[in-house]
Formats: sequence, structure tokens, C-alpha cells
Amino acid sequence: MAKYWQEDIETMPYEDMKKLQNERLVKQVHHVYENVPYYKALMDEKGVTPDDIQTVDDLHKLPFLTKADLREAYPYGLLAKPLSECVRIHSTSGTTGKRVVAFYTQHDIDLWEDCCARAITAVGGNADDVCQVAYGYGLFTGGMGLHGGSHKVGCLTLPMSSGNTERQIQFMRDLGATILCCTPSYAAYLGESLHDMGLTPDDIKLKAGIFGAEPWTEEMRCSIEKSLGIKAYDIFGLTEISGPGVSFECETQTGMHINEDHFIPEIIDPDTGEVLPEGTVGELVFTSITKEAFPLLRYRTRDLCVLSRKKCACGRTLIKMAKPMGRSDDMLIIRGVNVFPSQIETVLIEQGYSPNYLIEVDRQNNTDTLDISVELNPDQFSDKMKDVQDKEKSLAEAMKTMLGINPKVHLVSPKTIARSEGKAVRVIDRRKLHD
Amino acid sequence: MDTIKQISIFVENQPGKLAELTRLIADANIDLRTLSLADTRDFGILRVIVNKPDEAEKLLKDNDWTYKTADVIGVKLPDRPGGVAEVLEVITAANVNVEYMYAFVNRIPGRADTVFRVDDIETTLKALRSNQIEILTPDEAYNG
Repeated sequence: MAKYWQEDIETMPYEDMKKLQNERLVKQVHHVYENVPYYKALMDEKGVTPDDIQTVDDLHKLPFLTKADLREAYPYGLLAKPLSECVRIHSTSGTTGKRVVAFYTQHDIDLWEDCCARAITAVGGNADDVCQVAYGYGLFTGGMGLHGGSHKVGCLTLPMSSGNTERQIQFMRDLGATILCCTPSYAAYLGESLHDMGLTPDDIKLKAGIFGAEPWTEEMRCSIEKSLGIKAYDIFGLTEISGPGVSFECETQTGMHINEDHFIPEIIDPDTGEVLPEGTVGELVFTSITKEAFPLLRYRTRDLCVLSRKKCACGRTLIKMAKPMGRSDDMLIIRGVNVFPSQIETVLIEQGYSPNYLIEVDRQNNTDTLDISVELNPDQFSDKMKDVQDKEKSLAEAMKTMLGINPKVHLVSPKTIARSEGKAVRVIDRRKLHD
Repeated sequence: MDTIKQISIFVENQPGKLAELTRLIADANIDLRTLSLADTRDFGILRVIVNKPDEAEKLLKDNDWTYKTADVIGVKLPDRPGGVAEVLEVITAANVNVEYMYAFVNRIPGRADTVFRVDDIETTLKALRSNQIEILTPDEAYNG
């Protein structure tokens, strides 16, 4: 059984990979400079010409692109191919503001689907598998991306899209799905629903899950693995760069291999823009070196993470990125302290609570307030008030230790915080409404 | 055993929550024999003794309420000064802690029956009996 989808690339020695990247980068910079007036203007402004870029080491000379650029250039400003050569668009989920539209040629789609096929193969997928794609289909890249990858691998593909949880579980059982692709919060919900229906992991054939499109923690991984009886793997991607499959986890579950033959990663200081050495936490930046229709150079993802070229036991030589520890724009600054929702999630799962929670931030009398509503775990409920209050108190204390500030913790009834079928809304920041 | 099944239900502090819960129980034709509510800023624990505990449990489960059952002891107390104190003294002398207690809502003249939640049921029952304190049977508690 094949261990890799494209072994020559996935296990290529770094020197060869660098050569490949150099060639593709040089070509790509010319393609962009000649076809994207918006980016040409940015390069001209910086005094950089395509000839200044000879190798990957010259990457830092190029100007950055940000989400603001994408919005400004909406819809066609960053398009590098005639529309007649484009076959599809996808659009961001709009979690952080106005939508962004990305274009694809058939070649772009092929390469993207290869990236997803690599991810599916890496979790042990092959033509004998039944792959249930429960990411949303449509403008969102999740559904169509994994769908295409699943086709390439030759899995029997169940194009479920998200939602209709009972039907998901029915098909999962009746058709013997072995691989599940969806957001981690939906996977957790499916696990919960399975148990509510009186079923156990023994009633399904799932062995692996490929979960991404939103941040999740190691604790959440453990709880999904337990509730569905699977190994849960992370996948990373963003519409601006292609979609899921920019990087993917292998069997070692120790970070995601970046498909760096297509996307060159850099880590920069989010404040100064300076490139940081390997192993340093900073903002992840991608340069697409094979995309034809929507080739972004040095796109700032806002994801904070770390890269590592340490040898991986799976045999892949592709550079690895750690699970993003937050987004520079997800980060809440409360009473001057940086708070990431993922920290709150970590505490909840450690203490045996459901990872469904709601963070409410407000400002009263010029002081920020942080309220965290948490679903009571029925197993932890007691008829003795003291027991319940002790649990509430110990949760609040663990939160304080993790966050460095004192939140108000509210226990609410199980299953009353809205579940999402796509990206979960976990933060309500009312301070913005007052500004 | 002469213990009574008590059901404790988690109730969020929200307008109408308690009404919703008691209406649910009423519509199932289950009688609340007695109840007590402990509350905090965010939530309350409603402890009830009903005439049909098993049916009530199923009803709560089917309607996604969070609850726990516990065995409690009902004591037939005389309605006179010192009634409660005497029983508590007996329980204390047996080295048992009372977690909480509340009065039973029945209408028997001269009696002030009380529910005790203790951390050691066996010892409590023994101590009460050896002091000739009368214990409410489940049938008396559920059906009056």
C-alpha cells in the first residue's frame, strides 16, 4: 500500500527541494510582475524588480500582501490569468470581515487536489477507503478540496457537506465510512450525537479523521479520538493560498508537513515584518510558486506558528509547521493581557468540560470584563451545592493560571451553547460595539 | 431500605426556567411531594421528592435536563420546640455529617417531617432507630 501520494516530492532531499523552489519562484515572480498590475505597483514602490529574485533567499526583498490588499483588489485586482482560463472561484468564510475571492485554473485545481490527496494518503487512505466529506460544499474550500483529493486517491467519496447530523451518522454506518473530513468542532458534535443515539465507536468503521479550518487543541484531539474511536489528523489551508492541504499531518501527529513544492513558508515578526529564524514563533507567510490564476507572493496569514525542518519519522522531508497557536487577529487583548480562545479550550478539556464555550468580553466602568460560559458536564453535577461550586471555582482558578487574568465562569446546562456545523462562533466582543 | 429517592436538577438562573421545569413535571401528572431550591448567582439546584421517581427520571432524561438522584432519609418529627435539634444531636453523636436538610410539605397535624441528606446513611438509620425516632417509609414519602 502506498505510503505517499507523490513520494519523489514528499521525500525529496532539501537541496533538491530548494532548487525546485528557486526555479518555480523565479518564474512565478515574472508571471506576477507581468500580469498583476496591483502587485507590480507594490514591487515598483519598493524598488524591486523580478531580476532581484534569483533564489528563495531573495524572498525577503518582495513586498507583503495582506488581507486588506485582497479586499482592496476585490474582485479581479490580483487575477493573473484571463478569466477564460479560469474554471472556478472559492471564497473565504468571512469569519473576519469582508469576503475574499480566489480564482483557479484547471491546473490550479489539479495541484490543489494533489495536495489533498497527499493528506489523505498520509492518514492511511487509499482506494479501498470510504471518505465522508462533511465540510461545507460551495464557496468554502473545505468540501470541494477534500472531495477532489478523495477522488484522486480513489476513495469512495460521500459528498455529505456539513449539517444534517442524523443523516451523517446514518451514512457513516450504512456505507461504512472509514475517513471523516470536517471541522474539528463538527467532529466533536458528531461524536456527541453518536453517543446520544446510543451508539459507540464499535458501531462505525471510521479509522481516521482529517480536521481543519479552525483552531483546535491537543485536548480536543484526544476527546474526538475517543468519542469516534479514530486517529484525528490536522490539516491546514487557506482560501487565499488554495484551500485545505497547504499543509497536513502524517501518522506521527506531530505538526503539519507543508507542501513546500507549491507554497514557500516564512515566519516573520508581525510587528517589524522581519524574517525570523527557524524555530521562532511568528506570523506565517506563504508564497504560492505554482498557482496560475491567483498567485499570491508573501501573503501574511495572521496565523502565529513555528516551523521545523527536523527529520520526521514518516520519511517526509517537507518542512513542518506546528499547529497555529492563534491568529494575530483572533487574539483578544483583555486588561492588557493577550488571550487566545485556544487557551480557554485547553483548560476546559483538561477539566473534563465540553469544548463548547462562549467568551463574552465587555467594558464596564473602563475595565474589561471577561465572562466564559461553560456547559456543565452531567457527570460532574451533584445534588450538593458545594461540589458544584468547588468545580466552578477550580475551573475559574485554572483559567486564571492559564490566562493571567480573572474571568467570570458561568456554568450553563449541557448542550445549550449553540453547536456549529462549520466554523464555531466562540467570542463576542461587545467592546467593539461601543467604539 | 427506608430511604427516599430524591432528584436534584440543575436549573440555570434565567427567567422562566423554574416554571418550565415544574410545568414539565406537572404535565406528566407527577406530584411534587416536597422540594427545596439552593441557588447561586448563575444557577440553582432544585431538589425534589415526587410520587413517581422513576417516571420523573425518565421524563427529565428525555427532555435533556441535567439531574442526579440521591438517597435521603425522611424523619417523622414532632412539631414542637426541640424536634429538629434532638434528631440532629442523634446524628451528630453517630459522627455523621448532614449535607443539607429541608422540611417535608405534608399536612399531618402535629408532625414536621424533615428530609436529611447525610454522608453515611446506614449509620444514621441505625442511630435514629436506636433512639426510637420514626423514619418515613418510601411509600409514606411518595404517596402520603
